[in-house]
Amino acid sequence: MNRWLSAMQELRRYPSAIGGLAIILFLILLAVYTVVTIPYGEALDKWRGGDMWRSTPVNAGPVWLDRVMGGDKPRTRIIHSDDAQIEEAAFEGGRQVRIPLVFDYDNSEFPSEINLFLSTSGGDREAFIRLNWHTPSGEVIPLGGQRVARSDRVSISQNPALEGRLGMVPHVGLFAGGSEPGNPQVAQGQYRLTVDAIVFGDDAKLDTELVVYGRVHGLAGSDFQRRDLMVALMWGTPVALAFGLLAAVGTTITTLIIAATGVWFGGLVDATIQRLTEVNIILPLLPILVMVGTLYSTSIWLMLGVVILLGIFSAGIKTYRAMLLPIKHSPYIEAAQAYGAGNTRIIMRYMIPRILPVLIPTFVTLIPTFVFLEASLAVLGLGDPVLPTWGKVLNDAQTQSALYNGFYYWVVSPAVLLMLTGLGFAMLGFALDRVFNPRLRTQ
Amino acid sequence: MTSPLPPSANRFGWLRDLRRIAFFMSKRLLALFVTVMIGVYLTIVIANMGGQVDELRELQIRSTISEQVRADPAFMQMPSEERSELIETQVLMEVQRRNLDQPFFVRSIDYLRQAAQLDLGRAEEMHSDTGAREVYDIIVERLPATLLLFGTANLLVFFVSVYAALYLSRRYGSRADRAVIALAPSSAAPAWFYGIFLILFFAFLAPVLPPGGMVDIPPPDSRWEYGLSVMRHMVLPVTAMFFSSIFISIYSWRTFFLIHSSEDYVEMARAKGLPASLIQGRYILRPTLSPIITSFALMLIGLWSGSIILEQVFNWPGLGSLLFQAIGYRDTPVIIGSVVVFAYLLAVTVFMLDILYAILDPRVRIEGGS
Repeated sequence: MNRWLSAMQELRRYPSAIGGLAIILFLILLAVYTVVTIPYGEALDKWRGGDMWRSTPVNAGPVWLDRVMGGDKPRTRIIHSDDAQIEEAAFEGGRQVRIPLVFDYDNSEFPSEINLFLSTSGGDREAFIRLNWHTPSGEVIPLGGQRVARSDRVSISQNPALEGRLGMVPHVGLFAGGSEPGNPQVAQGQYRLTVDAIVFGDDAKLDTELVVYGRVHGLAGSDFQRRDLMVALMWGTPVALAFGLLAAVGTTITTLIIAATGVWFGGLVDATIQRLTEVNIILPLLPILVMVGTLYSTSIWLMLGVVILLGIFSAGIKTYRAMLLPIKHSPYIEAAQAYGAGNTRIIMRYMIPRILPVLIPTFVTLIPTFVFLEASLAVLGLGDPVLPTWGKVLNDAQTQSALYNGFYYWVVSPAVLLMLTGLGFAMLGFALDRVFNPRLRTQ
Repeated sequence: MTSPLPPSANRFGWLRDLRRIAFFMSKRLLALFVTVMIGVYLTIVIANMGGQVDELRELQIRSTISEQVRADPAFMQMPSEERSELIETQVLMEVQRRNLDQPFFVRSIDYLRQAAQLDLGRAEEMHSDTGAREVYDIIVERLPATLLLFGTANLLVFFVSVYAALYLSRRYGSRADRAVIALAPSSAAPAWFYGIFLILFFAFLAPVLPPGGMVDIPPPDSRWEYGLSVMRHMVLPVTAMFFSSIFISIYSWRTFFLIHSSEDYVEMARAKGLPASLIQGRYILRPTLSPIITSFALMLIGLWSGSIILEQVFNWPGLGSLLFQAIGYRDTPVIIGSVVVFAYLLAVTVFMLDILYAILDPRVRIEGGS
């Protein structure tokens, strides 16, 4: 134990070790925080996408990035009928309702989309609505009328007739305040969408929600399915750490035990292990993983299993064997044999602990390799089907040509997190290497 | 075998060496062959999902043929029973043509025998750009692209890192040395990762280089311009590979040379006052030649297989992306073909290494037979 303590103390002399430890600590805290705040099931649900993201803009950048760059891109505005001053007039068999959805628009850029979500309850017939758009200058633009199903959506942005009338896409034209169609400018001020509805039945109720989608969203932005990227960026942390750690532990420990067994028994056992290792070196890891992913399943746990299985007889065995061979004949092992220690005991308690310190740096530097392996698979489209990971975000970004379309944040944020993980473990590993292998230090 | 004459004894000693080497080599060759065969067989089993791909393939054949027959106006007037009979016979013929009616074990052995003879067979779905269906043609067509890209990058990394490491090991603790140590952790990220950033910076933010592909589209007519275009497309992937491995490479070679330059015999040479270049050439490089050559050969092996993901990211038409496409198409002959070629190249390289060791390292020569 004393040896470990002194090693830890020596580690403090290396700034890179401190930096690496700080990064790893940050990642671990982030992972714990993520798992506590967004439980596993909820994360899967959120990442599956769908209606829960209906009021998030498509492909919006992070808010802070835009503000740092000096931009003034709009955030999403949600105006709900609960906060509106509703006028009602009853008539026989139904009511006439006027819902004014009022909001201030003071950004210099246009919103990215406008949707109106409606839901009706009660009533014996479908409600009917008519929409009017009031600009700050007092102009009234009729948006047409329609029947409303139980749960309905009016995609104001995708109204071709309106687009034809305005000469621009609706979410620009409705805010342009009569400026030139070639160079539209936002007319700032108070906008109002009045929903004139006729509902049938006494208990009929109409809920409306106007969503004026912004061009920025949250800390991490959103993707092409309106999902908040923060979910994937946060959940990617525990997944990456768990995958990297489990794979590194699985491969190093099994490899070490097998190498020690081979060295201790020698002869046929050793030869078999050596030949198996040579066969395994011929099998290319990534193509096999790709094959397993395409033909069987892309579940991350299956991949982990295959990685460990193929890692058991990895080239590391040769290195460990070279380290263990001289130990086999050292006096302390002969002494252990003399008092009657069994084979297992000698391998597990006498041989392996002896080379463990040399192994720790390798182990630490191995973790990011597996983190990046998981990301590589995901970038090839073989990520876990349900789990949000950094690699899958990169894959989505690539298939949606994020760089070509200028959504740089979509690529950069998962990449930075990957890099941070890689750097943290590598920096610590390199410092550990110098602490545990003093031959590299002294000259 | 006792000869009184010293020269002939010398000759016998040389002969004995040769015999030992020959014996050792044939043993190694046999072992390597068996290793390659086991590796290839495992790949065959995995690539066929232990025979499950056959069922998929049969289903696919059936649906393609029934669609063809149904869509063909020539068979429109045929009664439906006759038509399904026709479909059945055509499916049977196709199944027999592809040998799918035999049990998987028999076919896997058959695959292995063909693979051992380097008879790679015909692809099932894919074809080369010239339209050939031979797996050999498909692989050979992609090979130059991979060799060009990975050869340039790996040779660059190898020579730059060995020279830089020799230089740094002489200036241990200098500012450059410390900078390399500090930068070494950057190699934790693979080349494709830096590739993404390079594409972002040099193809989109400052569009000076193409983001992917191997030549401009359409390809330039003159040979000179063609070469220039390929070189422009190579800059980003080569930089990505170079950057991702150069620092770790320099670091590990530097450590290696440092350990060897603190050996007693090197100290002794220094104490004798030998010039630095002589010490480096004869006392440091000569004994470390075997590991250097090993790593060079391993680099060459890595070169053959290319890298699936880097080629995907840069859209480079090499062996890696070929393998990825083949897996996507479940085109088993192409998958097995790539792995067979890789395994053979690996075996040949390992064998050459053994011979080289025997020449370079006198210890191997003496203990070779034992």
